[in-house]
Amino acid sequence: MTTSKTRKKPPSSHKKTTPPIFEGAEWNYEKVDNCFQAIQKIAIDEMGLNVYPTQIEIITSEQMLDAYSSVGMPLMYNHWSFGKSFLRDESNYRKGFSGLAYEIVINSNPCICYIMEENSMTMQTLVMAHAAFGHNHFFKNNHLFKQWTDANAILDYLQFAKNYIAKCEERYGQKEVERILDSAHALRDQGVDKFTRRQKLDVAAIRQRELERHEYEQSQYSELWRTLPETASKDDEEINLIEKSLAQKLGVPESNLLYFLEKHSPVLENWQREILRIVRSMAQYFYPQRQTKMMNEGCACFVHYHIMNRLFDTGQITEGAMLEFIDFHSRVIAQPDFDSQYYTGINPYALGFAMMKDIERICENPTEEDREWFPDFAGNGQAIKTLKEAWENFRDESFILQYLSPHLMREFRLFNLNDDKSRPFYLVNAIHNKQGYIAIRSALAAQYSVASLDLDIQVTNVDLHGNRAMTLTHNITNGVTLDEKQINLVIPHVQRLWGYDVSVKSIEAKTGGTTIGDVLKTHFT
Amino acid sequence: MMHIIDRRLNPKGKSLSNRQRFLNRARTQIRKAVNDAITNRKISNTDGGERIKIPSDGLYEPRFTGDAQKGIHDRVMPGNKDFMPGDKINRPPSGGQGQGGHDASEDGEGEDGFQFTLTRDEFLDIFFENMALPDFIKKSIKEEVTHEYSRAGYKRQGSPSNLNLKLTMRNSLARRLCLRRPRTEEIMELEEKITALRNKKTHTIKEQNKIIALLEELEVKKRRRKIVPYIDPLDVRYTSFTEIEKPNTHAVMFCLMDVSGSMGETHKELAKRFFMLLHLFLVRQYTKVDVIFIRHTHLASEVDEETFFHSRETGGTIVSTALEEMQKIIKDRYPPEDWNIYAAQASDGDNLNSDNAHCQQLLTQDILPMCQYFAYVEVWDSHEAEMFPGEGNATRLWQAYEELKLSHQNFALKKVTRPEDIFPVLHDLFAKNKKSEVA
Repeated sequence: MTTSKTRKKPPSSHKKTTPPIFEGAEWNYEKVDNCFQAIQKIAIDEMGLNVYPTQIEIITSEQMLDAYSSVGMPLMYNHWSFGKSFLRDESNYRKGFSGLAYEIVINSNPCICYIMEENSMTMQTLVMAHAAFGHNHFFKNNHLFKQWTDANAILDYLQFAKNYIAKCEERYGQKEVERILDSAHALRDQGVDKFTRRQKLDVAAIRQRELERHEYEQSQYSELWRTLPETASKDDEEINLIEKSLAQKLGVPESNLLYFLEKHSPVLENWQREILRIVRSMAQYFYPQRQTKMMNEGCACFVHYHIMNRLFDTGQITEGAMLEFIDFHSRVIAQPDFDSQYYTGINPYALGFAMMKDIERICENPTEEDREWFPDFAGNGQAIKTLKEAWENFRDESFILQYLSPHLMREFRLFNLNDDKSRPFYLVNAIHNKQGYIAIRSALAAQYSVASLDLDIQVTNVDLHGNRAMTLTHNITNGVTLDEKQINLVIPHVQRLWGYDVSVKSIEAKTGGTTIGDVLKTHFT
Repeated sequence: MMHIIDRRLNPKGKSLSNRQRFLNRARTQIRKAVNDAITNRKISNTDGGERIKIPSDGLYEPRFTGDAQKGIHDRVMPGNKDFMPGDKINRPPSGGQGQGGHDASEDGEGEDGFQFTLTRDEFLDIFFENMALPDFIKKSIKEEVTHEYSRAGYKRQGSPSNLNLKLTMRNSLARRLCLRRPRTEEIMELEEKITALRNKKTHTIKEQNKIIALLEELEVKKRRRKIVPYIDPLDVRYTSFTEIEKPNTHAVMFCLMDVSGSMGETHKELAKRFFMLLHLFLVRQYTKVDVIFIRHTHLASEVDEETFFHSRETGGTIVSTALEEMQKIIKDRYPPEDWNIYAAQASDGDNLNSDNAHCQQLLTQDILPMCQYFAYVEVWDSHEAEMFPGEGNATRLWQAYEELKLSHQNFALKKVTRPEDIFPVLHDLFAKNKKSEVA
């Protein structure tokens, strides 16, 4: 790693005249405040980042553990699973298996950054640059976050959710609420809208919606859940027609299982539907974070690296602080090789940071190869502008497809390993050479694509005229079938929410679409 | 643009309610694990928390997941050494790769259980759940409030007697290391060097310069030692105590055990286990309970805890001696009008036949009217239990005691044949709902 001392810079502008903002490890509010101002100057005036106002909250390590266990949110409804994760995190932390995060940042407006009291002043500086500007800029500008999450409303919504669930517990008992939450949590991954637009998290509108839902139910009731089999005399074709129009009304196929159950389950009470909605909204809120993990961290790392170096160049932090920072930074962005005992997959910090630095390099100092691969921006001399465009308009998958350079593939010595479980060997498909670049790039992109990571499970049929059985269809991709043990555990949860039989079918998509494959598992109550 | 908020003083334990929910949910599994833990190890060794491993049954959070053992997984990995496109790498035998997963097994029991540490309090709470000394308060005549001190972390000021040496020295060591305070050895070494050089008769210029340099160095180090003290007020920590109000109630528990020759090793072991658990329970529930240990053969004597549990003795068996000893101690030290008296007796049921009537008489006339509760536990080894099954086969002592049970509500008797029985028996004897029966 090089510090920017080695970088070319205009000779006159960065004289080391100002005294450093802080010396030594101890921090206090004044230093933190001064540092924040200095960082802000670089981030806003020089880099032109666009951020939400920041709210920095100092917490203890114990509070950090607390925040961990409630999925990093400042407030969260109560559930035993958070207690479980707290116990696990605590025990890992106490035994020294894992350290604690130095910060947690929340995609909200104002952007809340938790920083730990035991961080040194250098760490506080780094953390502010990383979270309050890096992540903050990404949250505010990336199109996924803009489109899917509502930073203004999230804190209010969390408060609402916490209160609502507490109230339900009071009224219906902790056990009842827990049962619904357990079942809803089991379907969390299937509670995300992938194709339609987000709905605003507006607390005021929720009451209105509850009314509308009630009316809607009344309007649907007679047709969906009448008990007399009126259609007995009609012939099959007619039934089929009715089924079709009903299916249309129900909106099947529907990939958002929680949504479907919330709207159409015949057995749920209104408060239970609202709980499903809360779980669904949380899943939706975190969905963009899953899709942009690597970019988000890359952006934050690039920003903190840039800012720390600029602070050092202008003499605002000492050499000691710089060394402490570099030591920490190089540990964060370390990428162990695949055969190392420390290898746990590609480190999002490492790849993210490397790609951002690589884009900077291509903008400022491109090779012939770069010009050939990236004619749009190679050598344009506007690294920050190019990066900001990327941060705004891409997610991990498309970002890799667009920006991963041969240079970086060589640097990481990436190779593509094909693991077909039906063969007794792994096959090396491509390596970091001329023939392999494109293959590796698409394979890596696919690895980051949520579409290929998430299972494609949809509600495809509800037997309205028979036993009201629900059919879930799993479209097999890459031959990866469902884990049967898990199915056996999840299905009872779906049944609890639906109230009637639920079965899961798996379909091999390649064989032509409509043919239904083996029924893997059918459950009856 | 920015606010700083100090949240450090916010109420702690935000996760406490979630933790409680989790423990409640896992209660049955935790109970089992706790019971296993206590039967599988020495009972006296219950200080500190307890690592508990429970099956993740009911605690598992299932989700739809793909089967990692099927299908095609295309991966990109970093750090290629010498692979070329088209290379085939043999799969490690027997699916060694995928074994690290946390799969849930068929019956819902996770393959790797969930491990965590219960605090000692949580552990004992669960262990002694629903148990209480029956009718404890009834006779507590003097209910004065007394003050007790309990530990409350560390502080910077305090009285010298509360100085926490370990923490102070640790702070001092850290500070000395950081500020590079010269050690005594370093200084002595320097001084030796200087004297060695000085003792030479003639000095070259080089040597003279060296002496000067060394003297300077010595000076610096000495000054440094002065500036950086061995112990600085900054290092000093005091153990902190806070005052807690405690109701003062008087209770005494008598533990009576037969240690005669007829008690085999298994009997003794069972009886000891019973008393150990009982002891643990008492100490846990009531910090102010006096415990008196009486062991007997054909003679009875009051002994200390250590001797009671660990020493060996042989001789005949006269149960009444122990009762008499108890009576004597009560008279001498625990006047029943001031004290709540509880007793537990363990024996194999062997007794001098002529003594049974005497025991009965002692109990009815003197002891039971004075006691809040008297529990008798008869220990049989499993061999005996097989030979004489059923309630009909009872020892003489048992028979004698059983009669008492009919006429006295504050008398209970139970039989123990295996280590596993001990806890349920203890639990039965001291179950909370007993309270209402007795009252």
